[in-house]
Amino acid sequence: MYVAVKGGEAAILATHDLVAEARRGDVSVPELSVAQIREQMKLAIARVMNEGSLYDEDLAALALKQSQGDMIEAAFLLRAYRTTLPRFGSSVPVDTAAMAIRRRISATYKDLPGGQVLGPTYDYTHRLFDFALMADGVVPEVAQADQPLDAVMPRVPDILGAEGLMESELPPQGDPAPFDLTRDPVEFPADRDVRLQTLSRGDEGFLLGLAYSVQRGFGGNHPFAGEIRMGEVTVEFVPEELGFAVDLGDITVTECQMVNQFQGAKDIPPQFTRGYGFAFGHSERKAMSMAIVDRSLKARQFGEAALYPAQQEEFVLYHADNVEASGFVEHLKLPHYVDFQGELELLRKIRSEQIERQSTQQEAAE
Amino acid sequence: MNDQSQSSPKTDRQIWMAVLARAEAKVLHDYFEAHGGLPVFQIMKPAETGTVMLEGRAGGSGRRFNAGEATMTRCVVRLEGQLGFSYALGRDKHKAVLAAVLDAALQDTAQHDQIMRELITPLLQQHNEAKLEASRKAAATKVEFFTLVRGDG
Repeated sequence: MYVAVKGGEAAILATHDLVAEARRGDVSVPELSVAQIREQMKLAIARVMNEGSLYDEDLAALALKQSQGDMIEAAFLLRAYRTTLPRFGSSVPVDTAAMAIRRRISATYKDLPGGQVLGPTYDYTHRLFDFALMADGVVPEVAQADQPLDAVMPRVPDILGAEGLMESELPPQGDPAPFDLTRDPVEFPADRDVRLQTLSRGDEGFLLGLAYSVQRGFGGNHPFAGEIRMGEVTVEFVPEELGFAVDLGDITVTECQMVNQFQGAKDIPPQFTRGYGFAFGHSERKAMSMAIVDRSLKARQFGEAALYPAQQEEFVLYHADNVEASGFVEHLKLPHYVDFQGELELLRKIRSEQIERQSTQQEAAE
Repeated sequence: MNDQSQSSPKTDRQIWMAVLARAEAKVLHDYFEAHGGLPVFQIMKPAETGTVMLEGRAGGSGRRFNAGEATMTRCVVRLEGQLGFSYALGRDKHKAVLAAVLDAALQDTAQHDQIMRELITPLLQQHNEAKLEASRKAAATKVEFFTLVRGDG
């Protein structure tokens, strides 16, 4: 247990100055601007927005600067800031079918309507250093096709869905408003909306590890990347005072549809089942990991025995949040003097009792 | 603006509000500068920053879920007889005021055509051109994968 302590104000103030100096580094090197971080560290920004659960590129850049690039500390800053703001309402659910696509690939169909669009990806790079970036990076002239992409590209699972071979994804009766874990405590068994919200803000590393465990056999699913798409979607909002939808602007998102084989069960014919990943910014690893874990958490729905960690929703949902996790792990740094003193005294008492007992036994033996 | 949207065709007002939501404060500021400065208006609800919960759907088409929040800023003004509203992602309060004044002015038939012609239409055009360019760049990375036939038949 943590017990409040007093004192140390001067020392604490001194650490604030010291961390500011450490953050700045060598002052002969020009300082980074928030705009530079926002424009040139886009993938880091995306991760901070996802785990901070707040889409704001400027604030995510500021958080990264303030935290010296510590992603979890940056996410914590965003979470803390969010609690100071009023909530104006919820958006209309974003329509990823209407995404202005910059990347869209499928590992299941090579000839899909709309085509395979590689977009800005590291997938086909050689992972060799580009030392030119240590000097002045020159931006190459980017090719433009004569024609833009198709205005609307069907989501890949919807193609197989037409044949009835794919688990359908339809809203439940009445299209209910989703659960919100920032307002209500999570209860188990948890519904899909609870799981997806938790995974959306979950730690990328944790979800990646779980997804990897599923693939390696600790989860019994063999996923295919049915589709990954990335681009801009419009955010629409219906203000009460107007009563019609207005565009608030666009956000960049990544969506992943994982497809899994399923043998079928008593009431369910054999079909492909699905896992869904959705993340802010260009966050493919996060979206893919989320989709695999989303599917493994459907174990209950498909009557699968939940034998592995990635299938156990309490385990996954209670441990995915890195702000909560680091809070609990790192609180061990704070003074636990009273606790420790108590344990120390207990240990001394047990020891002395033991010694006393042994000497009494020895005397009796003699 | 939102030519691929799932929803019904947009009204004029939805179109100009969408354009204003995406505009930079400086562009709106410069417009007023070029037209004799800001008109006299009353603030009905001061520009305020809050959040909007962004909803997604499982699988893109299924159950709604909360994907995380975004910052947004809103403002309500009165300009002569008209109430002007603005809503946009981000935290720019100055822009929120300017956009709300423009929303009010655009509802005034005497000013509507000029603002559309000199501000909204060019901004919409720029937005569509930027979108087209991004799409053409993406289209240049479109590939055809060939499956190779293995073995000797």
